[in-house]
Amino acid sequence: MAESTAQAVAPEALTSGARPSRVSTSLRRSLRWLGVVPFGVYVALGLLAPFVAIAIAAFRNSSTGAFTLSNFNTALHGTYLLGLKTSLLLSIATAIVPGIFGLLVAYAIFTAKRGNVLRQVVITASGVFANFGGVPLAILFIATLSTTGIVTGWIKDLSGVDIWNHGFTLYSAYPGVFIVYMYFQIPLMVLVILPALEGLRPAWREAAENMGAGTWQYWRYVGGPVLLPSFLGCLLLLFGSAFSAYATAEALTGGTVALTPIQIGALLNGNVVAGQENLGYALGVIMVVIISIVMIIYVILQRRAARWLR
Amino acid sequence: MSALVAAAQKEGQLNVITLPSNWANYGAIMKDFTAKYGIKITDANPEGSSGQEITAVQQLKGQSRAPDVVDVGPSFAVEGANDHLWAPYQVATWNNIPADAKDANGDWYADYGGYVAIGYDPAKVKVAPTSFASLTSPAYKNMIGLNNSPTTAGAAFAAVYAAALANGGSFGNIEPGIKYFAHLKSIGNFVPTAIGGPTTVQNGTTPILIWWDYLLASEVSPVVKGFKIVIPSDASYASYYDQAISATAPDPAAARLWEEYLYSTTGQNLWLQGFARPIELSTLVANGTVNKTAYAALPPAPSGALTFPSSAQAAAAETVVTQNWPTQVGG
Amino acid sequence: MATVADVEAGAQTPASATRPAARRRSFPVWRWAILLIAGVFFLIPLYAGLRFAGLKAFANVFTYPGFGSAVGLSLRLAAITTILTLVLMVPTTVYVHLRLPQIRRSMEGITIMPIVIPPIVLIIGVLKVAPGFLLGTPYLLALVYVILAMPFAYRSLDAGLRAFDLKTMVEASNSLGADWPTTLWRVVLPNIRTAMLSATVLTVALVLGEFTMASLALYVTFPVWIVQFEQNAGPVTTAASLLALFVTWILLMLIVTVGGRGARKRGGAQVALFTVAAPAESSQTMGEPE
Repeated sequence: MAESTAQAVAPEALTSGARPSRVSTSLRRSLRWLGVVPFGVYVALGLLAPFVAIAIAAFRNSSTGAFTLSNFNTALHGTYLLGLKTSLLLSIATAIVPGIFGLLVAYAIFTAKRGNVLRQVVITASGVFANFGGVPLAILFIATLSTTGIVTGWIKDLSGVDIWNHGFTLYSAYPGVFIVYMYFQIPLMVLVILPALEGLRPAWREAAENMGAGTWQYWRYVGGPVLLPSFLGCLLLLFGSAFSAYATAEALTGGTVALTPIQIGALLNGNVVAGQENLGYALGVIMVVIISIVMIIYVILQRRAARWLR
Repeated sequence: MSALVAAAQKEGQLNVITLPSNWANYGAIMKDFTAKYGIKITDANPEGSSGQEITAVQQLKGQSRAPDVVDVGPSFAVEGANDHLWAPYQVATWNNIPADAKDANGDWYADYGGYVAIGYDPAKVKVAPTSFASLTSPAYKNMIGLNNSPTTAGAAFAAVYAAALANGGSFGNIEPGIKYFAHLKSIGNFVPTAIGGPTTVQNGTTPILIWWDYLLASEVSPVVKGFKIVIPSDASYASYYDQAISATAPDPAAARLWEEYLYSTTGQNLWLQGFARPIELSTLVANGTVNKTAYAALPPAPSGALTFPSSAQAAAAETVVTQNWPTQVGG
Repeated sequence: MATVADVEAGAQTPASATRPAARRRSFPVWRWAILLIAGVFFLIPLYAGLRFAGLKAFANVFTYPGFGSAVGLSLRLAAITTILTLVLMVPTTVYVHLRLPQIRRSMEGITIMPIVIPPIVLIIGVLKVAPGFLLGTPYLLALVYVILAMPFAYRSLDAGLRAFDLKTMVEASNSLGADWPTTLWRVVLPNIRTAMLSATVLTVALVLGEFTMASLALYVTFPVWIVQFEQNAGPVTTAASLLALFVTWILLMLIVTVGGRGARKRGGAQVALFTVAAPAESSQTMGEPE
């Protein structure tokens, strides 16, 4: 600990050199922010500006352009409220379960050497599957698990049980959409947690074992604390990804499951409802509000976890 | 007309949008137009929706790749007119288009359409369905599908409307149609997947598909042997799509030439060959200029005059479907 | 990493009891079990799709025009997006870790936004605010894709930077006389190689798979080209999407192999740095969370 504090002092001495301390610390402090200016500008132009344009439209009546709250009112009632609730729950479920499984898969390969073929195959396959979705994915799962799917057939041949007669269905949120979401959520998790796993030095494992720690103790006192912040961060990412996923669930359920992105799609992208784009924008704004709330919970969780694990 | 052709050829290109080549024979139509006038056609986003056409016209205003003409569902044509997106134009054969199928100003005009029909694969479906009522038979368990969700696809929405008509509803009351599909789902007949097209018929997921008759004929029949199409006996509901010229079209002369071509005998007959009913069909038949083979290939049209819901009725019905479809049919 | 290889080979240290040895032997088994389950889950639907499509359908895919130009456009977009993303995010993330650690949470918050705003909504917003000259070029998509890739790139880089003691290494490098570019290039970058590779893989795969925005902006990228098959019979659609999957995967394998080769060259120097830094790290990272 002593070394790090001593070294923490050092860089100030190094970089300030012969600069007189009269150069106000406030100036230096504001100059610090220069480093994130490029990022800030890019985000402002590429994310903030479009979002503001959308948000403004959300407050306008679609046909007259007058200021109105009616879009938000509609968005928070009836089928749209149901959509928000279902989306929220489904996203939480399809963040946690694939999160855990993805962590296991990533852990299974991260100890392999960097040039290891298995590791490279898993990484690239994860990249591909993480972005695979929509109608093609739905077609694949229908070919696998529908009433005429091959796995349904295998199960029937092996055990005589027709899963569809026992309540299994692809066409609702659970288990159908849930299972299909795993197909891109797990690979996403593998890819984003892998760099974090690199932080687990094998030397620590050895050191822990030499001191007599078992697997559980290693994870409780060493592995877990190191990994937890990143793990939670990756779960947040998975949640966001599931929350805005649209094409796959739509292809699978044909609108019979109310999910917010699907509803936005029907409003902005459809062939039936015309002239209600601003309602779609309002829903988009609400989604951003929800994720902001989730972010706050996430930050609280991180703080709690850190304190608990110390 | 020749002045129009000259001006169009000077522009040299036409931007169309969301026209799949096997939808109502658009592939052949575009090819023939280019061969005839030497004007290159760029078809953007062929799988897109009417909503995307509106977005493209609005957001790409001023760009040379903005759409010149659109082919949209009725509610979108009306919305576009309200937003002043269209340039009024009356084709040479304007008077052959029925009055309730066009905008009085000339902002939009119906082009082709078809009936909601039940298509089925006889290899998998042993008892032939004939009506909406017949589809509730337990023989059709896990067999019936729509091409997509009625909250987003015009054909599916029309199917719900047709089901409403068959079950005591009306243009002003689409709820019986929703209840019908909810019932179909609860007895296990309805498969709500929304992959669309012939795929689910081919892989056996939905051997019975409710869709536009012309699309069943042009997209599913070629790939499913012996595929049969029948217009339900208890409800016939037809809908027509609408053409419009963008007010900010980058190639206005080519756009107008395109419309003249579509509403000429050649254009209308080409649509007919795509199994769709062109809007001027009755005139063509009366004049004897109709393509007889193509006309004979159509499923027999139900008797009685064609009626359409008004825009207000349609808009109200859309809201009802959007609100109730997930809760009643999803459940 | 020599240490890992020793561990894997089951090298026994004199002081270890039988339990560690047993664990080491069972670890590979558990690893293979997980990979097997995952493999089965991911490969069976592909097999089902292949069976449905039939091999003939693949030939049909190539007969459609526009394959070359669509793939070319997507590859160009992927390259530009990846370079832009790395150029923007690597220095920013490093800088935030070094100089502005207090805004790390805000960064996470900002970078998660692009995921949550549905692409349809975002692209309409972009089309509304983009100036005319940008609207006319497909490279507008590359600029937007950088925003889409941001969450994944930031998450990867953030995790990668947490995984080693950045501050100590940078200070050590500075005190040894290296200037900032050298420090960045020869000390920081090699240590976040996995993170950068992860970010690259995700970005390239994202661009090659992104459909909604490209189609709404009316550009024919590879995924847009693939979707046109949806109007066709199912087998051709499925064959087309499986082909897209395969092409993307091959491309990523190329990237990872080339990227990995560079790492092995520098491998030796890294190991020493890790073992030296380890004791200071563990206390540092434990005290880290804010």
